[in-house]
Amino acid sequence: MRYIRPLSIEDAVGELAKAVGPAAILAGGSDLLVRMKGGFIEPELIVDIKRIGGLADIKETADGFRIGAAVPCAVLGENKAVRKAWPGVVEAANLIGSKQVQGRCTITGNLCNASPAADSVPALVAAGAKAVVAGPSGKRTIAVETVPTGPGRTSLAKGEIIEAILLDKRPEHAGDAYLRFIPRTEMDIAVVSAGVNLTLDDHGAIKTARVALGAAAPTVLLVEEAGQVLVGSKLDEATLERLAKICSGACRPIDDKRGTIEFRRKVAGVLAQRAAAIAYKRAGGK
Amino acid sequence: MAGVAVSTTINGDAVEYLCQPDETLLEVLRDRLGLTGAKEGCGTGDCGACSVIVDGRLVCSCLVLGAEAEGRKVETIEGMAHGDQLHPLQQKFLEHAALQCGVCTPGFLIAAKDLLEKNPSPTEEEIRFGLAGNLCRCTGYDKIVRAVQDAANVMKGA
Repeated sequence: MRYIRPLSIEDAVGELAKAVGPAAILAGGSDLLVRMKGGFIEPELIVDIKRIGGLADIKETADGFRIGAAVPCAVLGENKAVRKAWPGVVEAANLIGSKQVQGRCTITGNLCNASPAADSVPALVAAGAKAVVAGPSGKRTIAVETVPTGPGRTSLAKGEIIEAILLDKRPEHAGDAYLRFIPRTEMDIAVVSAGVNLTLDDHGAIKTARVALGAAAPTVLLVEEAGQVLVGSKLDEATLERLAKICSGACRPIDDKRGTIEFRRKVAGVLAQRAAAIAYKRAGGK
Repeated sequence: MAGVAVSTTINGDAVEYLCQPDETLLEVLRDRLGLTGAKEGCGTGDCGACSVIVDGRLVCSCLVLGAEAEGRKVETIEGMAHGDQLHPLQQKFLEHAALQCGVCTPGFLIAAKDLLEKNPSPTEEEIRFGLAGNLCRCTGYDKIVRAVQDAANVMKGA
């Protein structure tokens, strides 16, 4: 096995592209090292991307925020500007693991690990976040929901690296929120989860809405119908009921030790309602 | 596998070592450098017994490669006392009997040190959340929480 620490994204892409055996990208390592130790993956090449210029930085741009792929979630949580603009994304990212794990784990890693229960991913999908992918044939920017294609699988091709996650600049009257169900108070994996992102018009009616569910299907679910049902409303009782029904219906969950299909369906709807209410309040709605 | 040459700083001392690319920082500390304070509990980042601080961030050393320490500053439990002078947290862990078997203790002390450096006056709830990444099968946590509270008071007065 070889460990390399390239200083440029081009070098990292080049090494990954020409790698003969299995290769792994290392940022925080909180998933990778566990998988290596468990014998689930035996990479012949590890590409540590933390010293690549810009990958460990959060940049505020004219369009919003650019969160480098190697930014630990603890650092993201300490960034006041991101926290103010995207509190739902930050609270989701900060739910991952312990303080120790927070010091290492990244939202890009959470996305690329492709667990259906990844906490930051539904919040990112609701936020309409984009991923900047660097690869052998150049760079492309894609919607985050197109990255995971199944548990542990992504749409990234050989040699490709996500170098940053982009979050839009926030208009007036905007808010997002993320909630998950776990049977304890923290340090657990989502049984089911929901992220909601709203913008309101000047009268407090919902102008745009995105709703995403986690641990409810093999990949994160962007439930477009759930977003549509919220538009035009002020989150009245009837709208919230329709929201829950649509979310429960959109789920394709599994039965496992952490929850049954029936439970996950029901709770997905409840969490979507509650997350919508928090997002609405954060957006200034009354 | 070719070895990786690493130059790093551990508890303020410049240290150089050669490690395998898949060797964890915990293995390097314990097996190559003789710093056996950090313990391997789970090896998967769940128990916190291997906690160390790297460039001011609390991490599980079992989830860091030894090679990643290049150019970083690593703080371990061995650097916590000043000579014979125990750190207030160490002193209070003794006074409150906040340990029994002691395997989790170095990790708790490092995590508590990191917690108090970032938040010198934590509430009980903040202490419990802050130390949620450290598991203890002996104490039931109460004595640990009391010791951290007491140490926080001493450190504020200092």
